Amino acid sequence: MKIGMVLAGLAAASLSAVVAFAEGERPPNRPIPDPQSGRHFATPDTLAIQDDDFLNPAFLWVEEGEQAWNRVEGTAGQSCASCHNDATESMRGVRARMPAYHPRLQRVVTLEQQVNICRTERMGAPALPIDSRPLNAITTYIALQSRGMPVNVDISGPARRFFDEGERFYNTRRGQLDMRCATCHEENYGRYLRADLLSQGMSNGFPTYRLKEQRVISLQFRLMGCVQDVRGQPPAMGSEEFTNLEFYLAWRAQGLPVESPAVRR
Amino acid sequence: MRIRGREHAAGVTHAASWPPAAALLALAVALLAPLAGAWARGDTQPVPFRVVDDGIPEPLTSQPGDVERGRAVALDRSLGNCITCHEMPVRADFQGNLGPPLEGLASRYTLPELRLRVVDSKRINPESNMPSFYRIEGLYNVRRDWAGRTMLTAQQVEDLLAYLMTLR
Repeated sequence: MKIGMVLAGLAAASLSAVVAFAEGERPPNRPIPDPQSGRHFATPDTLAIQDDDFLNPAFLWVEEGEQAWNRVEGTAGQSCASCHNDATESMRGVRARMPAYHPRLQRVVTLEQQVNICRTERMGAPALPIDSRPLNAITTYIALQSRGMPVNVDISGPARRFFDEGERFYNTRRGQLDMRCATCHEENYGRYLRADLLSQGMSNGFPTYRLKEQRVISLQFRLMGCVQDVRGQPPAMGSEEFTNLEFYLAWRAQGLPVESPAVRR
Repeated sequence: MRIRGREHAAGVTHAASWPPAAALLALAVALLAPLAGAWARGDTQPVPFRVVDDGIPEPLTSQPGDVERGRAVALDRSLGNCITCHEMPVRADFQGNLGPPLEGLASRYTLPELRLRVVDSKRINPESNMPSFYRIEGLYNVRRDWAGRTMLTAQQVEDLLAYLMTLR
């Protein structure tokens, strides 16, 4: 009888734990439930460049990335293709679900960081600097394999904590201008900041060819620009802060088709 | 630009013939540079001010604001940069529309009210997205080159207000 009560108590306790866990798992409300891709805020001229693969300058990066995919580098004598074979098959959908939680490292990693994990751990090759041309070339090539697929990052379970951190960064006023990301990209999208039409800040087109920079840029490079524009001190590219923010941004764009490589002003 | 280039070239060519002038110039630059820096980089010690109702009744400086300098402050990207968020009654392409148009501003607000809005609009509306142009406390993660400095100097605030009060 006693044992039965104890068991019943344990069962109730574990049940309430399950309920609590489920509550923590509840998907957060999206401030923009029906997001619009950055293409809605781009000019027809810019879109004409993006929508023609022969005009889109990012395809130079795609070509470089394809060559790098098959090139043996590092002490292990391997290329990306040694493990992953044909990228057009093996990498399909990868960009759509990145950043993602890495169980062994117990943190969220971006596509850039995952490439470097492969390089350092499998290939015996040095990590490539974040936002460098060779790394942007590989990520652009990989991202292209997911073009048209809906963004679908997994924020459940152990990933949730990193998502929450990213959300906190997004909503924290910072810099001398005392603004948060939402100041422009939720409260004022569709309005003009001088000549710039403010978008919703959706990340589904990254890596993106930026006409202003005349090169493909990674998302975290763009984030640095945003923080500097409000006269804030940006964290480093590849830092945990920006990585968690990138994770949160990906979730904001959940469901939008991957457009990488997009073209923007 | 061209004039500056010519002066520079002259300095290089004839430097040996007028070292005293070059030394004087260097001295002048050394003396004036910190002042120029202060002008461009705000105040490190904001002057105290008194908020009464929805405004700051007394000017921040003894020298009255100058309309022309204030107009320059309003348009300069690194100073007031008002035009990035507000339409202004000036001839300029690409005016922003995050905030309300500034035309008729002086008919809607008194000078003390405008002064508080420029100095620290969050005292009126904590959710306002307008930057506080004369505040250094309560900010987070300020870029190192701006840390501990106001966006505008007290004199720039008064110059800007003199200009804004012409927008009737």
